[in-house]
Amino acid sequence: MIRVEDYRRVAPPGVVDIILTLAERVRGRRFLHLSGGRFGSGPAEILQTLVPMMSDLGIDAAWEITGGDPGFYTTAATLQAALRGSERVLTDEALDHFVEMNRVNAKKLALDADLVLVHDVQPATLVEHRAARGRWVWACHFDASRPQRRAWTFFRPFVNQYDAAVFALPNFSRRLGVPKYVIHPSIDPLSEKNRELAPREVAGVLRALAVPQDKPLLVQIGAFTSADDPLGVVNAYRLVKKHHDVRLVLAGTSGGEPDSLEILGELRETAQADPDVLVRELPPDASLQINALQRAATIVLQKSVRESFGLGAAEAMWKGKPVIGGFVGGLPQQIVYDVTGYTVSSVEGAAFRVRHLLNAPELIARMGAAGREHVRRSFLITRHLVDYVALLIHLSR
Amino acid sequence: MTLTAAQPFVFTGCVELRQALDHRATDERELLERLEEVPAGSVFYHTHGYFLRHRPITTAYGNDFASWVATQVRDQVLAERLAVVNPFEFASLEHVREELASIIHDHLLRLPAVPRVEFGAPFYFQQSHIVEVSLGAGATTLAEFRAGLATVDASAIYFHMVEARARLGRRAGDFAEWIRTSLGMPELADGIELIDTYMTSLERVRARVLALVDGALEASPR
Repeated sequence: MIRVEDYRRVAPPGVVDIILTLAERVRGRRFLHLSGGRFGSGPAEILQTLVPMMSDLGIDAAWEITGGDPGFYTTAATLQAALRGSERVLTDEALDHFVEMNRVNAKKLALDADLVLVHDVQPATLVEHRAARGRWVWACHFDASRPQRRAWTFFRPFVNQYDAAVFALPNFSRRLGVPKYVIHPSIDPLSEKNRELAPREVAGVLRALAVPQDKPLLVQIGAFTSADDPLGVVNAYRLVKKHHDVRLVLAGTSGGEPDSLEILGELRETAQADPDVLVRELPPDASLQINALQRAATIVLQKSVRESFGLGAAEAMWKGKPVIGGFVGGLPQQIVYDVTGYTVSSVEGAAFRVRHLLNAPELIARMGAAGREHVRRSFLITRHLVDYVALLIHLSR
Repeated sequence: MTLTAAQPFVFTGCVELRQALDHRATDERELLERLEEVPAGSVFYHTHGYFLRHRPITTAYGNDFASWVATQVRDQVLAERLAVVNPFEFASLEHVREELASIIHDHLLRLPAVPRVEFGAPFYFQQSHIVEVSLGAGATTLAEFRAGLATVDASAIYFHMVEARARLGRRAGDFAEWIRTSLGMPELADGIELIDTYMTSLERVRARVLALVDGALEASPR
């Protein structure tokens, strides 16, 4: 069972008291979350913790999901990809069917609440069936600033039926007819992915992954896709390797897409030729492995060239590691340049900053400590909870 | 001097709900034009609000405009000129806006071309809504005030020392006002009112207020 009091030992001093006081003001009110599923997405991961925390505070919190036939799921995924800016084909028939399936969902779900927070695209058109009372907010968890035009033309009228929208960053949104609030995503410090691990546990997981700890470890966790640029990380490692005896660990999921399989093949070839490059394919539920790898790292890289918010940086900083990340998405928001790590725009920049840190071990410790405090203040789930409750209070004024 | 105040001091923390505006700038002229047209709440957010958001990190630039010009446009001259604008010295947000706009205008007059973002990110204007959070039962003596101040969430320091002065029109700040009117200690109130909240952290402000209160407690009859 998740209890808000358990977060007192990890959250900044006073924050749990602020949560308890804010919650008093909304006790008994109904706060409904609507999403497309309970697993496998960023919003689902957050809601698994946030909803029980809200219930623990005496808020009548509920989480419902939308469902439908295969065509419904396919169109929802295609529409979301198109709103993210990918070129996709969306037919009128598919979009009509998508809206119709949500009409069926609306009949099945109890949509009456003081605040309804609708996460991402799949349940978004439910707003057509909103009850007379209560406020409806669309929470967009991806970068929707450059959508495919046809997808946006279809989707925008639905968003404008909400009372407000929430984006992770101000630059992730388009011009809308409703207020746009900015709420950063968060990490759960008590989850399997972020909880404290004893050195013995870390060593055990690394042994199981066949990752020796006899050299400084450079670690990047992320999908084997061009967006996360693992090949760029290998090139940066090679520049570093001329001067420092380090080991590179690239851990992540392939996703099975052609682009991803090609990159994974290339990485495997590299790993065969260089025993200090380790490529580890992880299952989707590899929270403990990710936790252990980040804790074992000397420096964590997140050298993405395209990114949404990218909470991997916050996860690593929570473990006291300096992070070198790409200057994209939410990484500049998380990484305070020269304080908790560096944002870089090239392979050479990444290599330079890794060498810079390896040559100054005291800086690694100092940046790691600063990063943990930065995350404690800005990216823990306690802050996210405060923001959502404050949103409920603000919109019900 | 009154040992026990009739009106208790209730510490109030705050939560800042951010709102994105449909205004952005990719060069310094756009920054000037947007600055002149955004709501006053946005000027507040990017100047005074800077101190709430940058609590644990050194406040290197003093406001978001200077920070953006320095790190994204890489125009150190304008960044330095904007950074020294102390928003707490101005009587109103319109005066802060006027000062910032005038500095950018003057800077642009001296340049052959408008500096712009080449590789960095645009400036996105935002504003904020403050949700107040009442913390604790309240203090009626200076000793109780000291105990509350030492442990209260840092957002309460911001609310009573920054928000109260700049946006709520309580020019002396809530700490000084209560100590002057409810405890009858004008010298201590004056000292707290003089604390410079610019280019420092909320924890340092807390430490300075605590030091002044400790001095007054030591000097007061037991």
